Amino acid sequence: MPKQLFVGLDMGASRTKVAVIDQDGQLIGHAVKKSGIDFSATAAACLDASLEMAGATRADIVNAVSTGYGRANVAFVTETSKTEIGCLAKGCYHYFPEAITIIDIGGQDNKIINLDSAGRRSNFKMNRKCAAGTGAFLEEMASRLDISLEEMNGLARQSEEMLKIGSYCTVFSATEVLESIRNGKKVTDIVKGLFYSVIKRVLEMDAITERVVMTGGVVAHNPYIVEMAGEMIGRPIMLPPLPQLTGAVGAALYARDGSWQQTVITAREKS
Amino acid sequence: MTTEQKNIRKKLQATDQMNRIMTVYFYGLNEAATSGNKKVAWCTSVGPAELLRAMGFAVHFPENHAAMLGATRMSTDMIPAANAIGYSPDICSYLTADIGAYLKGITPLSKAYKGIESIPKPDVLVYNTNQCRDVQDWFAWYAREFSVPIIGITSPKNINEVSSAHIDDVTRQIEALVPTLELISGHKLDMDRLRETVSLSRQCTELWKEVLETATATPAPLTFFDGTIHMGPAVVLRGTPEAVEYYQVLLAELKQRIAEGVGAVEDESLRIYWDGMPVWGRLRQHSDLFAGLKANVLASTYCSSWIFQAFDAQDPFRSMAKAYLELFIVRSDAYKEKYIKEMLAKFRIDGIIYHDAKTCPCNSNNRYGMPQRLEAETGIPALVISGDLNDLRCVSDEQTKTNVEAFIEQLEEGK
Ligand code: SF4
Repeated sequence: MPKQLFVGLDMGASRTKVAVIDQDGQLIGHAVKKSGIDFSATAAACLDASLEMAGATRADIVNAVSTGYGRANVAFVTETSKTEIGCLAKGCYHYFPEAITIIDIGGQDNKIINLDSAGRRSNFKMNRKCAAGTGAFLEEMASRLDISLEEMNGLARQSEEMLKIGSYCTVFSATEVLESIRNGKKVTDIVKGLFYSVIKRVLEMDAITERVVMTGGVVAHNPYIVEMAGEMIGRPIMLPPLPQLTGAVGAALYARDGSWQQTVITAREKS
Repeated sequence: MTTEQKNIRKKLQATDQMNRIMTVYFYGLNEAATSGNKKVAWCTSVGPAELLRAMGFAVHFPENHAAMLGATRMSTDMIPAANAIGYSPDICSYLTADIGAYLKGITPLSKAYKGIESIPKPDVLVYNTNQCRDVQDWFAWYAREFSVPIIGITSPKNINEVSSAHIDDVTRQIEALVPTLELISGHKLDMDRLRETVSLSRQCTELWKEVLETATATPAPLTFFDGTIHMGPAVVLRGTPEAVEYYQVLLAELKQRIAEGVGAVEDESLRIYWDGMPVWGRLRQHSDLFAGLKANVLASTYCSSWIFQAFDAQDPFRSMAKAYLELFIVRSDAYKEKYIKEMLAKFRIDGIIYHDAKTCPCNSNNRYGMPQRLEAETGIPALVISGDLNDLRCVSDEQTKTNVEAFIEQLEEGK
């Protein structure tokens, strides 16, 4: 008898994430890959990797839901899509069933979502049309500083005197950074300043409640940003087990909780 | 929610008649400008059009022309030409699109109406700053370009209650326009004709109001997107019998839809209010986006801005002044909030969308905390989307789509 599994596919502008859960909502398989230009191929590769981790096959999939920037582009296994805002909310509430503010820092955009104690969204905001405060901002700055994204967290931690970046425009910030390099500022201090700038941009998007959860790739790869954010708001930040996968987990939970009789057949036919 | 499903809004039959009267209007305007059989006045959308019409001017509305540039998606290519001569990308993109198009010698009128080669050259430019300062700067550019007089009304702004002092002020300013207009038109103002024009404007207004209020029905027989197109005659033909006749026809069709239980959007399940300008180059996409989600954007501040109930044929000057002052855009946030709150109740709205138009602060009512205040007061969820009326460089389709879909999800889950 096949297992009863549910898949969430989060096709982000920068990374594709897949989560496989069982009926109890346990995450039993997952994968993250660069979205690249062939969304379908990336999605398929992520799905196979997560199924392998779960020790399952496509025949075990009962239902699947897609989300994220490319949610409508990927037809395989999914019949239904939800927005990433809905999925982040669902994923976070699964881990923290209380009134929370979710701060998601993704590759291309940021989101702030407020949930009431029943898990209902009371409001949400996405950043506007610029890169300020997103992963794209950090990527751009890392390339200006000629360092890798992976190094940033470690460098920021070593900072002794953080650089203050005043502008919220990526181009203006880059100028500020270049000027600091010319003036002999240490890379560690610059990187910490960049982290600080990201958090500030996000916090000015909306009012936040008492309990704050952070998610997204930037958060997953830079735990120091989470510590800094906690210091800035004066209380610890809560993190789901795999912050980058929260949207995918939310999508998988939608797949589990939705009406999926119809999809069962479709999913199997397609596998 | 499946993203596949498409649910397009239904076409209104009256559209053909509207197109006919708009065609006659544009050819008439062109005729006036090319043959000189009538003097041409340019007027801001809520400028003293009644006076101009009564004095025999053919009246051109540059905002209407700019909206056409937007709706035909020509505007974004025109704007840079105006930016290059010093008109910032941060100011009104009606202004920059219109002036840019002029600089490039392009007009959507030529495409839509064979034989029309350019916008009608003005004999006088008449503005009212009740909506913004940009209109004055916009007209001033053309006044220099064509060496024609520019006159207008400098309106009080941010008004809580329209007082008799405000009305006195604007009345005197309208009256002061008359001598110049008489000089340019070559004839004296005929008060009977003015009364008649004001009366026709009032009739047009009443009908337009009734048209918009048909959307109080469930399902609503029209959408905001229909409204932005069908308000054309209320903007450019107010004060004429053609506009009145047109809205009688449109109203009858909408009433028929109500009687038959026909909605503009299939299976309307959510009722949305739109505050702010439309994104002209995205009318179709936005209309399809909402219809596909079974949400009807059925009422708006924008379309309702052409309701002027103060018009009174017995007292034309003062009533014009009052009408131009009572306008939503001229009012304080306290008034605006009260107004929107009433609209939300009247149209039984589930959610409100504020369009934060990058280049039009005057029509972007989200910038001083209003969405938060109104949401707290009414419990009706709000969404702000960033965009612009004409400058598509400021529009992110993907962000709009995700925002709207997430908002509709939120409303559905909260139901
Ligand atoms: S109100 Fe806005 S769109 Fe209209 S003319 Fe003024 S700035 Fe332009």
